[in-house]
Amino acid sequence: MVNPVAISLRGLTRRFGDVVAVNSIDLDVLHGEFLSLLGPSGSGKTTVLRMIAGFERPDAGTIELAGTDVTMTAPYARDVNTVFQDYALFPHMTVAENVQYGLRVKKVAKAERVERAQAALASVRLADYEDRKPAQLSGGQRQRVALARALVNRPKVLLLDEPLGALDLKLREQMQVELKEIQREVGITFVFVTHDQDEALTMSDRIVVINEGRIEQIGTPTEVYEHPATAFVAGFVGISNLLDPVTAEQVIGRPGTWSVRPEKIHVHLSGESAPAGHHCLNGTVREVIYVGMSTRFVVDLPAGGSLMAVRQNSEGSTDLGHLRGQSVGLSWDERYEYQVADRI
Amino acid sequence: MSTSRGTKIALSIFAIIVFGFVYIPLSVVLINSFNAGETLSWPPSGLSIKWWQRAIDNEGVREAIVTSVILGLIATAIALVLGTLASLALSRFRFFGQDAISLLIILPIALPGIVTGIALNNVFTSYLGGLTFLTLIIGHATFTIVVIYNNALARLRRTGSSLDDASADLGAGPWTTFRLVTFPLMRSALIAGSVLAFGLSFDEIIVTTFTAGPGITTLPIWIYQNLFRPTQAPIVNVVAAALVLISILPIYVAQKLSSDSERGGGIM
Ligand SMILES: Nc1ncnc2c1ncn2[C@@H]1O[C@H](COP(=O)(O)OP(=O)(O)O)[C@@H](O)[C@H]1O
Ligand SMILES: [Mg+2]
Repeated sequence: MVNPVAISLRGLTRRFGDVVAVNSIDLDVLHGEFLSLLGPSGSGKTTVLRMIAGFERPDAGTIELAGTDVTMTAPYARDVNTVFQDYALFPHMTVAENVQYGLRVKKVAKAERVERAQAALASVRLADYEDRKPAQLSGGQRQRVALARALVNRPKVLLLDEPLGALDLKLREQMQVELKEIQREVGITFVFVTHDQDEALTMSDRIVVINEGRIEQIGTPTEVYEHPATAFVAGFVGISNLLDPVTAEQVIGRPGTWSVRPEKIHVHLSGESAPAGHHCLNGTVREVIYVGMSTRFVVDLPAGGSLMAVRQNSEGSTDLGHLRGQSVGLSWDERYEYQVADRI
Repeated sequence: MSTSRGTKIALSIFAIIVFGFVYIPLSVVLINSFNAGETLSWPPSGLSIKWWQRAIDNEGVREAIVTSVILGLIATAIALVLGTLASLALSRFRFFGQDAISLLIILPIALPGIVTGIALNNVFTSYLGGLTFLTLIIGHATFTIVVIYNNALARLRRTGSSLDDASADLGAGPWTTFRLVTFPLMRSALIAGSVLAFGLSFDEIIVTTFTAGPGITTLPIWIYQNLFRPTQAPIVNVVAAALVLISILPIYVAQKLSSDSERGGGIM
């Protein structure tokens, strides 16, 4: 049976002076998986990727690709390809020459290399751009050339460092869909770095949430979103909605910090009572924010702190601004409350 | 920013004065080289090419030109190899004492030529058995290397190392990366640097005085030796005129190369 693990990191650590950029990371990436590294800027995502690609040597730990230890192997001898954050296209080569580069240095015959490059460019819908120089392309087109340049080599693993970061929102969303489709078609393992939680949630099979060089949580998008393991994850993925220990003790009756997602919280006008199996508490509406599809309520709690609740604007007249300053009841199904650790 | 009318006029006048100081004497040299008189009386009584003829027939001039061209070519070639290697080492690797070495490479161009000259002269005559054509080449290499190094380093810093990473990522070893990516992107900077280095070597006189072996006469030295001999003055004038004309080409090339690469294209 083939080894199901494409990349295996054990105790991976990298320091820059006093900064521990990557702090003892253990991670197994499975074959054919779309795995995202999600974390704020400076959390060590790029450094992890650069160590997998071989541009950065770890201070401690090991890296295995398909069961082979490559910790000390030079980048050009590793069967991975990278789509760089700044694309790193060769400015003196045409689009076709850029895409053929990997095949050229591996001495693939000219005819085959031309054919494969054409196919790769067609798959990113840039068939007519072969003779252009990178400087003559738009940001989105450069991004796709970078993708074609990597994919044409049929690597076992593709590393992508915030590849959509430089694109505007519309193009970004379009490329998210395309990238996901391409990954499904070619069946390559993708390790995708992003600081954008929506991007990670929509595209990934699994998400690794990283903070200050450590893994906070590994899980499917649903797990990470619905069951944040730590207060950091609860805050970074989705809107932070934490119940401090004092309030939690009163409402839930158990100690610790708890989290409830805003869309799970119902807002009741005074007098209405919560259904059975729900936890509820009262608060004062501080803000009513209309965001088109939904309305957000920021509700101050009596013991301090606040919760956000989201209501879909599915019914007619939805101007709820008059609720500002009013006392309301909040309730949620107890199945949707999760205790979070400060750190695992 | 808008400049007032008065400022504009003042700046224009200033510019004209500066241009006048530089280009009127150059024009006089050029026109005088065609002076028909036996002495260079101004204004010329008539035009002729007899001084050009005599300069070309002058063996001293021919030998000096050959010496200077060979010296310039060798000093530039040495600088190309060493300056390029130094720039690669200092931009692509991190090591102890990096900044100190960078400073040491650049220092000779900041030091007065006379200091470099005396120092080299001392070493060559005291320890290395005297001055030769080789010691002259070494003397010139001290400043031609700086020019190539600076040009190459500026280019390497601007292109950054991410293209080298991309090349390695696609399976290219260090030499292939250099051949297909690093060098092509440096090429125009190296050509511009070489033109400049050759130019510096060609008209250098101070370091040359201290490092040239006996009997070796470069063109600047020849000009200096003959400048004050009345019979030779018109020939010196022709040589100067020729140099003005010849210098225009490399300066034009160097400027074109550096402005091309500023536009991001580079020379392919
Ligand atoms: N080459 C480097 N030299 C010094 N510090 C670095 C270097 N690369 C990264 N770092 C530091 O390591 C930390 C993690 O950086 P990085 O991996 O780029 O984070 P991310 O990609 O998540 O934004 C940051 O504090 C950054 O300043
Ligand atoms: Mg990064």
